[in-house]
Order: sequence, then structure tokens, then C-alpha cells
Amino acid sequence: MNLDLRLDTKGDFYSQRFQPTEREDTLVLNMGPQHPSTHGVLRILLEIDGEYILRAEPVLGYIHRMHEKMAEVMSYPQYLPNPGRTDYLHALAWNWAHVAAVERLMNIEVPERAEYIRVITCELNRISSHLLWWGAILLDLGAFTPIMYAFDDRERIQDIMQRNTGSRLTYCYYRFGGVAADIDDKFIEDTRTECARLKDRAKMFKDLVTDNFILRKRMEEIGEIPIDTCRRYGATGPVLRGSGQPYDVRRAEPYSIYDRFDFKIPAYDTCDSMGRYLVRMDEIQESIKIIEQALDTLPEGDYILPKAPKRPKPPAGDVYFAVEGARGKIGIHLVSDGGKSPYRLKLRAPGFSNLSLFSEVAQGTLIADAVAILASLDLVIPEIDR
Amino acid sequence: MIVKSLSETLSGMWSLLVGMKVTAVNFKSPQITVHYPRQVTNLDGYRGHIELVPSDEDPTKSKCIACSNCVRICPGACISLKASKPKKKAAPEKTDAPSTANEAQPESKKEAPPKKAKPELQSFVLDYNYCCLCGLCVESCPSGALRYSSDVYVAGFTRQEFVYDLLSRLQYQAQKKEQ
Repeated sequence: MNLDLRLDTKGDFYSQRFQPTEREDTLVLNMGPQHPSTHGVLRILLEIDGEYILRAEPVLGYIHRMHEKMAEVMSYPQYLPNPGRTDYLHALAWNWAHVAAVERLMNIEVPERAEYIRVITCELNRISSHLLWWGAILLDLGAFTPIMYAFDDRERIQDIMQRNTGSRLTYCYYRFGGVAADIDDKFIEDTRTECARLKDRAKMFKDLVTDNFILRKRMEEIGEIPIDTCRRYGATGPVLRGSGQPYDVRRAEPYSIYDRFDFKIPAYDTCDSMGRYLVRMDEIQESIKIIEQALDTLPEGDYILPKAPKRPKPPAGDVYFAVEGARGKIGIHLVSDGGKSPYRLKLRAPGFSNLSLFSEVAQGTLIADAVAILASLDLVIPEIDR
Repeated sequence: MIVKSLSETLSGMWSLLVGMKVTAVNFKSPQITVHYPRQVTNLDGYRGHIELVPSDEDPTKSKCIACSNCVRICPGACISLKASKPKKKAAPEKTDAPSTANEAQPESKKEAPPKKAKPELQSFVLDYNYCCLCGLCVESCPSGALRYSSDVYVAGFTRQEFVYDLLSRLQYQAQKKEQ
């Protein structure tokens, strides 16, 4: 009997399993996979009563590219470009997690200068990621102009990064034992100018957007994520910090040289979309602080270990390395059997955990608010689907 | 209650005016965009597809020693190269009547030092369709025979157009330079 019913029902596998409900006056609606506010190919099944969401369920996997499996068939250096393709907005953090996991397994000591270069470029990348998010969330909420200001700054950062990394988006800059190219005086000078500029821009961002009455109405007390929910789903990054827990991998388990810098971990206990918004806006300023401190104390020396292994063969064993990305905790679990490619590589994407709590949070909200919540989670779909 | 909502509305209106001021100030500020095709600003450091570096003695020949390091490291497997079998230079007296490579080999193995046994590059083909521009090939090259070209304007109608024969490209460029 059930089978007959299923044949009659319209929709695909997911919407059919979403159907059974006691109410008859509701509508099942697909938000995505091609929807501007889902920032990629994310599909969300909604059961709606008028404008209100009764249930929401994300459907994933539209851009699954087997990044984990690819690692098993590629040698270690061949996999270097891959992590940057998962989260293309903060590629360098992923790059770092991969490279550092291998380095930890092989006990490679990275030169001091290389560590500083990594910190500077990774933080620059974090700023550009947050700037894009800032433009995109406002675009979702119906404000078009701010993304133009965001891209003005973002382009400058990309111009700076282009000179030493060679790319503007999907960076592949870190190598086992250092970085691919050294930074020069022009890079340092440009970075300082850009940092000073971004500090000035903060007031403009605040006047134009953060203090805006309409934005506050759209985001304050919308999408409240209690700290318990964050813990249950394993949410990290600005989502967790927007719920009042100042957890940051850079501070909690300091990797590289982050313990040498003085920076704050912004946290807001309002738990709403505005809290997450403010966390990211503050993080831009904190990243600038880190960059300036790193530039002041940049040591001379090698940018890559002279004896860095060209074709590393880590000893058998497993290792976990976590870094703080723009979206949360990026973890790489690497199992090696002593061969030239990993036995297994597990990527922990922060966006996946952050998205998982959406179906619980979106219950009972308006569709327009669900868009605000979704945008405040800062999702990058290729990272979630991997 | 009324006072509260009134003050909220007024402060809200004020925030909109402050935002409008930002727009007005930026409206008067100089243009920051560039007229792209007519005005190009940030192409230094641009990494296009790879190309072969000409050798110092002969600009039509590449520095490549055909070690296949780039072929092995490429994640997209987009490089394929062919090299002739190492032609051993025979002793100077015998060069007048060059024999076939097969015959020359056993003789030269005894006489000529193995240093001269260089394989010569015959073709170097890049399938740009699968290239992810990671630059690992350039880094892995021991002889510095690869570099990034500055070809920005690549567009085409078919896949085949992006399969580049880099050795012929090098020879063509050298000929063009001579003219």
C-alpha cells in the first residue's frame, strides 16, 4: 500500500520522505538548489504554513567532489591544491591544516619566517573572507550597495596576495616545511597601507550598515541559537562565539606562533544573527591587529626549510590538526601507512556542523528570517559537501 | 510606550540619514573602478599557463632535460612529454659518418663519458583543460625549464584549442623574435 502511495506522490527521494504530515493545509517548498540566498548548490526542503516555516531540512551533496577519496590516490604534494578548493573563501586555512598535519606527523620544524608569513597571509585571507560574507549577507537582506564597498577592500587584499601566492582566490601557497615564495618589501608596505585603510573603513561600515535601523530590525532577536544547541551540533567559529562562548582554536590550542600575538576573541551572548554579525565585524579588526604585530616582528631567514622533503613519506601513524578558519574549526585527520599517499584523510568542515543546526533554529520563523539566519551562518557549500 | 516608540523611530530615521551621508560622501569621491580592456592595472604577477624557458645557447631549444618530474607531480595529469632516447655523441672522428643511434650506443658507452647522455625533448604537450594552475610543476623542475606565461586572453570554442604544444610554441616565439 505504501508503495502505491509513493508512486503517486510527486517529487524526488527527499521530498517524498519529507511528505508524511498530519496537516493537509501546508505546502512543501524547495528552497534551492539554485537559489541566490543559499550561496551555491544547497537545497533546503521547507514545509510552510503561509509565510511560516514548520519544518526545514537541508539536502546536501550537490557539489560532492570526493576530496577525501582523492587524497588516497594522490601523493602528498599532489593533494596540495585540493584543500583550497573546499572552502574557496578561506583557502589558506585549509591549506594550512593539511600542510601542518603532514608536518606534525613527520616532525618537521617550520622556519620562523615561514610561520610569520603563514600568519600574515592567513589573516589577510580571513579578512577577505569576512568582507565577502559581509557583502553577501546584506545582499540577501536586500541591500545592494555594501557589497561594492566590501569588494573595493577585498580587491586590494587580492592584489596584495596575488604577488606572492600567484592566485586571487583558490590559494595554494603553503608547502611542507614553509611557503612557496617569500614576501618582499612591497608586500609589507602594501599590507600596512591596507591595514590602516581597513581601520578607517570600520567606522564607515558601522555608519552605513551596522547602525542601520532596518538591518537591526532584520537581525536582532532573529535566529537565536542557544549555546546548548551549538554544543549539541558541534558548531564552531563565529556561530559559537555569537552565542557567547569565546572559543577559538588560535587561543584554545595555539598552533604555529599564535600564542605570541595579543588579540581578543570577540564573543556576544545575544545568540541572535546580530551577535554573529558583530563577531565577524570585530574579527576583521582583530585580524588587522595580528597582521600588524606580525609585520613588526617579522624575522629574517628562510621562507622554506632548505631540506624540506619534495616527496614526503610520513611514517605510519595518525595525526589530527585543527586550525581556526573563517567559518570555524577546520580539522584534518590524517592516517598514514608509511606510503607516498595517505591511507585515509578526513576533513572536518565547520560549515557542515553549522548548517546542521539550521533545521532546528528555522522552525517557526518567517521565510525571510530563515534567509537571514542562513546568511548569518556564513555557509560555503563546496566545503560542506567536500 | 508612545514616547519609546517615537524615540525609536526617530533614532532609526537618524541612522538612515547617517547611512545616506556615507553614500553622499562616496558619491563625490574619485572613481575606483578601472575601464578594464582599455586600462589594465594588476596583471604583474599573473600566472597564466606554463611555458618552456628557452635555453641560453639556442632560443629554439628548451632547457628541459626530460626528467619527467613535472609529469609525475601534476595532480591533473595534464603534462605529457616525449624525449628521444639518449643519443650518445661518438668520438670526434666518427661524427663524419653518423651511424644510427642503436649502433652508436654500445660503442659510446665504452668511450664517451656518461655525462653527455642527455635525452633530447621532442614534444611537450600541456592539456590546459585539466590544469589547476597550482604551479607544482614549475617548483619541481630541477633545470628551471618551466615558467608561467602571461597569456591572459585565452578563450576558444573547442577543447582541442587548449591542448598546447609548448615546444612548437617556443620555436614559433623564437622565430618571431628573430624577425
